[in-house]
Amino acid sequence: MKIAGDDVPLIGITDLSVGFTTRAGVVAPVLRNIGLVVRRGETVGLVGESGSGKSTLALVAMGYLKAGLRVLGGGVRFAGQDMLAGDGVAAIRGGRLALIPQNAGQALTPTIRIGAQIAEALRLHSTLPRADHAARVVELLARVRLPTPGALVTRYPHELSGGQQQRVAIAMALAGEPEALLLDEPTTGLDVTTQAHVLELLRDLAASSGMAMVYVSHDLGAVARVCARVAVMYAGEIVAEGSARQILRTPSHPYARGLIAAIPVLGEARLPVPLDGRPPAPGAVGEGCSFAPRCGLAEAGCLTARGALVPAPGGGVVRCRRADAAVRLPMRRDGALRLALEFDGGGGVLGLDAIAVSYARRSLWDQITRAPRDAAPVVDGITLTLRPGETIGLVGESGSGKSTILKSIAGLIGPLRGSIDLAGVALAPRVAQRDVGVLRRVQLIFQNPDESLNPRQTIAEILAQPLGLYFGLSGAALRARSIELLAQVRLGGHYLDRLPAQLSGGEKQRVAVARAFAADPDVVLCDEVTSALDVSVQAAVLGLLDDLRRERRTACIFVSHDLGVVRALADRVVVLYQGRICESGPADAVYGLPSHPYTEALLGAVLEPDPDHAPRLLAADIVEHGPPARGCAFQNRCHRRLGGICATDAPPAHEIGDGHVIRCHIPPATLAAAQAAP
Amino acid sequence: MLRLVLNRLLLGLVTVALASAIIFGAVEALPGDACVAVLQRDAVGQRLANCRHDLGLDRPALTRYLGWAAGAVQGDLGVSAGSGRPIAALLGERLRNTLLLAGLTLAVGVPLALLLGVLGGLRRDGALDIVLSTGGILAMTIPEFVSATVLIFVFSIWLGWVPGIVVAAPGAPLADFFPGIVLPVAVLTMVMTAHILRTIRSSVIEVMASDFVRMAVLKGVPYARIVWRHALPSALLPAINVIALTIAWLLGGVVVVEKVFNYPGLGRFMIDSITERDLPVVQALALLVASVYVGVNLAADLLTLLLDPRLRTHRAGG
Repeated sequence: MKIAGDDVPLIGITDLSVGFTTRAGVVAPVLRNIGLVVRRGETVGLVGESGSGKSTLALVAMGYLKAGLRVLGGGVRFAGQDMLAGDGVAAIRGGRLALIPQNAGQALTPTIRIGAQIAEALRLHSTLPRADHAARVVELLARVRLPTPGALVTRYPHELSGGQQQRVAIAMALAGEPEALLLDEPTTGLDVTTQAHVLELLRDLAASSGMAMVYVSHDLGAVARVCARVAVMYAGEIVAEGSARQILRTPSHPYARGLIAAIPVLGEARLPVPLDGRPPAPGAVGEGCSFAPRCGLAEAGCLTARGALVPAPGGGVVRCRRADAAVRLPMRRDGALRLALEFDGGGGVLGLDAIAVSYARRSLWDQITRAPRDAAPVVDGITLTLRPGETIGLVGESGSGKSTILKSIAGLIGPLRGSIDLAGVALAPRVAQRDVGVLRRVQLIFQNPDESLNPRQTIAEILAQPLGLYFGLSGAALRARSIELLAQVRLGGHYLDRLPAQLSGGEKQRVAVARAFAADPDVVLCDEVTSALDVSVQAAVLGLLDDLRRERRTACIFVSHDLGVVRALADRVVVLYQGRICESGPADAVYGLPSHPYTEALLGAVLEPDPDHAPRLLAADIVEHGPPARGCAFQNRCHRRLGGICATDAPPAHEIGDGHVIRCHIPPATLAAAQAAP
Repeated sequence: MLRLVLNRLLLGLVTVALASAIIFGAVEALPGDACVAVLQRDAVGQRLANCRHDLGLDRPALTRYLGWAAGAVQGDLGVSAGSGRPIAALLGERLRNTLLLAGLTLAVGVPLALLLGVLGGLRRDGALDIVLSTGGILAMTIPEFVSATVLIFVFSIWLGWVPGIVVAAPGAPLADFFPGIVLPVAVLTMVMTAHILRTIRSSVIEVMASDFVRMAVLKGVPYARIVWRHALPSALLPAINVIALTIAWLLGGVVVVEKVFNYPGLGRFMIDSITERDLPVVQALALLVASVYVGVNLAADLLTLLLDPRLRTHRAGG
């Protein structure tokens, strides 16, 4: 084996093509002519949407091909060692070159204790004497800032939270003292505050150890925070590469620009700019530029020649003939400002009065003995009024009870206390007790259209359900109405005879939206409806929901963990922590100052696709499995905690005007003063 | 954890108690009773009344059920209507014989099935996997009496290696069962191995494709250790329940095989008792089989609980 000098790149990928053979015998490339060099200590981001080949590329860099794939040409070298050769690759994997997987919860072996899994990496890749391994494991766990590392050693992976599992995976990767880390979407699926903490940890590791990092992500904010250099991937090829600043500030490729423009902005209620069309399927790429079919700037030449990576007007390199024109395409703050609706003084269309929900099932024994119900239900004290045509955003991290509130409105779980009314008429707690007319007026759209659409029904059959049930439509009238609904969600009538599997993720979610609006509802409940979608598709779905809201004045409760998405759509925002309302009010007021300390922490943790933006880590990164029995729900993580009163008394509701309410023991004026000072 | 175990135990006991009531009720619902069945044409007048009095059949059903249940708990299953001997003693010997047959089958079959299932799963669609899968389907679908007949023809008649039937007088020591037991064990092993093998194969395939196995590969863990340490503990979990069902099936009496090989086990005992309408024995056997099923499944649940840390810490009542 050669000893790599400074001139040999740590990771050198040259003209790499990877693909599979389809059933028809056609070779379909997944990666096409990839060239990428990572030098020692460099941090490189690989950015792209699902299907762009970025994860495949990261795995090939470790010499690992997903089942069915083979190398069509080119090579991968790590410090001079051929990673596709087989010999000597196992010694490098997990040692000099380590992977941090996307979903650590599934990537850690469930039947082996955490300490043993890290010790295994030490045994394989460390020169440390065996006797020192136990101490080293604890040291590694401490290095990734896990609390009580000594006690964690004997835990199993499932006993930890998602953020903790991710840290364990990082500790395991660090065991072999790697020269390079490959990170495959390491923070996807984590809460915003946890994500910010993990990213800071990775940044510090890169800076202190001189490790090179290849960071694979769809999240430009995360990449901006960690990477100095960025490569944008589309349809299996690198379409733009340059410094993070060049790519994020002055992107020269239409796709890169579109990707950035599609990210919602926190500061203003602006709809993100969607990217039309969908990426080509592997193997469906023609001779020309793979982005040309979706590109507004495409000209005849784009369809015939693919082009090479050439110096870009904005810096770096770009694979685009129209780069000079692309730099004038709209950017992130060019989306349309969201139009607010005028509300008349009339009553609300939906009202929640002091709703509390508990999932705890009372055992037979408890019911016989009449044992008291648990003191702290998962959701408590939720009072809301939704006006016609209004969108209320419910935000909070996982476990904040936001989806539970939706389920309770939809009647999927009966509330423990409190009442819900629909335009002044009390709603039965259970969906089975509600009559068809009431059911029609409240519709639910789910997070994942793959699971909410029946895979065996055509789109026509899916839409026929509400249309037949609520309006008794059939035959030609049914078909005409279905086509009308599809048109409203910007899908052609020819979609009627397709099955969900033949649609892209964004198209499926549009069908789910059409199904909800088929009922002509008064209230639509949206449960994380864009979190399973790519950012460009998300922008389109957000725009669609906003159009429907304006055209039909349908009221909406929009649940999301993404503060930017909520900002784009919501008139009013409710911030939840552990099932309790921390802050509520008009969106502009909630996103402005003063803020509840939890809102402050959430907003501080949001990442911007801007290399100069640094998140503020305010809330302690701990995981709570339930609300405290007394006092403020946020007391254990609060960075502005006053003291005893937070633990004993429920925080008072301070109204600051225009319905902006902060529930905190600190008076709003004090909060405002503290938050205005940097 | 302890609460969970106690919960399961209690549930098991309740199941057995319910089963006993259903068995008793079913036997009670049959036309005629043990005396009518045994005395047949003589089941009239004083003889019938005496018989009923001797067996206690003249008491109310509930009293008899409670008496029977209380006896069963203490190991007293009543007396056979046919021979008048205590059922516990008759059962004891048959149970011993069945345990021998089942034990040998398990001892051969389980390791074989585990080994072949894992190999088949690891070499998916390889030559060995195709042979095992095809052989497994054959072994499962060919009725036992056919495979038994073929084995007898080949190994005892044609080659003359082992006897085709088991010749053992009642009360004979276990040694008398050899070598006659070889062929019945072989037939049962074939059927059983096929079932377990297929479960393990598909579970190994699934686990080998999981994220954590891929992570272990990318961590540089040697292949043998990946299989042994990372994959198998998860992959073998589904097999536990299949093995438990197999054990219950073996202990519940493998009627056809016992009949073909003249093996004096529980299955033949059951058939003989039914033919003779010896209802107290049928009742006792049914209770025994029910208890075995509950017991074995309980053991499988507890074993899974022990091996899968994810189940163990599932907060009870959460």
